[in-house]
Amino acid sequence: MANGQATPTPLSAASSPAAPSIGAAASSDMRGQWQRTGALLTSRRWGLILSGLLIASLGMVTLCSRFGAASVPLGDMFQALMHALTTGEWDQASIGTSGVILLQVRLPRVLMGFLVGGSLAAVGVTLQALLRNPLADPYVLGVSSGAALGAAVTMLLGIGTTMALLPVLPLCGFAGGLLTLVVIYRLAQSQGRLPIHSLVLAGVILNAILTALIMFITSIMEPNRSAGLMAWLMGSLIAPGYPALAVLAGYAVFVLAIVMQKAQMLNVLTLGEETARSLGIDTERVKKQLFVLTALLTGAVVSVSGMIGFVGMVVPHAVRLVIGSDHRLLLPASVLVGGMFLVVADTIARTLFAPAEMPVGIVTALIGGPFFLYLLLWRKDRML
Amino acid sequence: MATSMTSELSSQPVTTGLAMEVENLSFRYGSDQRGRAWTLERVSFGVRTGEVLGIVGPNGSGKSSLLKLLAGLLQPRCGDIRLGGQSIGRLDPRAIARSVAVVPQDSAQVFPFTVAETVLMGRFPHRRAAWWSMGIGDETEQDLVCAQRAMAETDVMSLADRLMSDLSGGERQRVVIARALAQEPAMLLLDEPMAFLDINHQIELCTLISRLKAERQLTVVLVSHDLNVASQVCDRMLMLKDGQLCRMGPPEDTITPDVLRMIYGCEVVVDAHPQTGRPRVTMPVGPVRK
Repeated sequence: MANGQATPTPLSAASSPAAPSIGAAASSDMRGQWQRTGALLTSRRWGLILSGLLIASLGMVTLCSRFGAASVPLGDMFQALMHALTTGEWDQASIGTSGVILLQVRLPRVLMGFLVGGSLAAVGVTLQALLRNPLADPYVLGVSSGAALGAAVTMLLGIGTTMALLPVLPLCGFAGGLLTLVVIYRLAQSQGRLPIHSLVLAGVILNAILTALIMFITSIMEPNRSAGLMAWLMGSLIAPGYPALAVLAGYAVFVLAIVMQKAQMLNVLTLGEETARSLGIDTERVKKQLFVLTALLTGAVVSVSGMIGFVGMVVPHAVRLVIGSDHRLLLPASVLVGGMFLVVADTIARTLFAPAEMPVGIVTALIGGPFFLYLLLWRKDRML
Repeated sequence: MATSMTSELSSQPVTTGLAMEVENLSFRYGSDQRGRAWTLERVSFGVRTGEVLGIVGPNGSGKSSLLKLLAGLLQPRCGDIRLGGQSIGRLDPRAIARSVAVVPQDSAQVFPFTVAETVLMGRFPHRRAAWWSMGIGDETEQDLVCAQRAMAETDVMSLADRLMSDLSGGERQRVVIARALAQEPAMLLLDEPMAFLDINHQIELCTLISRLKAERQLTVVLVSHDLNVASQVCDRMLMLKDGQLCRMGPPEDTITPDVLRMIYGCEVVVDAHPQTGRPRVTMPVGPVRK
């Protein structure tokens, strides 16, 4: 879309009174003016911001792969990567120990962190728009608790991660998340509609129940297995195999592609349900679709990384403060920033007490919590 | 310039001079439990093309519900609402949104959208995005021209890059009206548009409504508590009491002490406005209860 950058014709626009009929030629000048002020998302701004964030993301992934218990020099990194990409060999003999650490341990973990962080941020953005609540995230609805409970039950029954087929745990996560969603939907729905407040309330209550159930499962498990479960619940990224990574990426891309189609709809939905319907949106249908999609992605994320909090809440909020609320930009930008955020948080978790690691959920809570408090205390005007 | 209803819904001949027909309309909230009172009961009337119709009545008389029914936001239990000859229940919500725009009473916004972004959301029902566009770059030249015109008409052009949350109540109200105008509707429905405005903004809004009626041939339906404002701005009044249509007609016939006593159950003084001659309602000396 051309935006008249080439011919800036400064009019005394702000004060010019309403002309009854505005010709197309005159309008393009004036449009240029109210667009240039940053009032509107232009394709140019969209492209600039997203390509900037994309480059930053690539840089961050590379940089964070370098850090860890054993430091890998940047030169070795690229060498090993190039070798693996060109020849397809990535065993210890051909790329060396540091190459193996990098390509089979660290890079998948960093990529996993990026995917998890980006997905959580995307789910947060979507739920915030749907619930018209800037503080909403997957945890408010209890979807992640449901997914976690599904996974915890699987672990209790002993069919968990040790099964030959990997997707058992994620599938139980989906099931738990979706089941929670259905229950919540039934609880909150009245008169064929889904009032936003009762939905949030139902989420809070259900969340408490689900957390209690998870705690119950932890308490009846053998101590050493329950310790593992607790660490997972606090949110930790493990180095996954590339197939698992591809599965998660598949879900993330699938869900994001559909939600991106509805970016304009999300904008209108933030105006309130009634206004959205008066603008021609079938709100009930869109809400159901988006809740299912977000539950799917939450289930996938929780099953691989446990309950990592604050990413879905803080990242979209911070991004919104900087680039504005238009979901066409907010959604992809939050995905990239969320990915970077979690990659950095995980690098801190890996390296701070190396070789020991702490769950990344602790780091995100310690970074996100104070930020959230800052928003609550000093930016009340933008909160609600 | 504005998309007329006839072009939008061309298949049916338009009943002469009526923008909307309401026939035997009944509505109540809640499910089909017995014993629940009707919010609206057997209401029938027509909205004439290009008129300003005021819906007035005591609190809880069903004014806002009626407006939401006209907008297609609520579904009638019985009866029918026809827009350009077609039953509103059978129309696609987007088609309704291209003909009928609503300015809600409460327009509080949670997220920091700019004024220009908010106005452009009014173009949503006109958008046809290709699936591969990934939701980007959907603003067409026409979207921008319409938004521009709406912003000029409501005089919010200078606010284009401001955030909605930073505006005053009057400014925000004008932006919401601009958003509604960007829909290029044939009908504008306003729910208590004067509720949070001081006298200065009330005058502005009344001027705007008259101008829109003259320039865009817009049909306006507004719900108001304020009988005097309604009397000044409306061509006809529709008076509701307990969900039933009590009286309908020009302000001179409907805003009379007798009618108001019947509807509100209290004594008022009605005289003529010194400039327009329209009825004007004031409290009697020492408010008297019946």
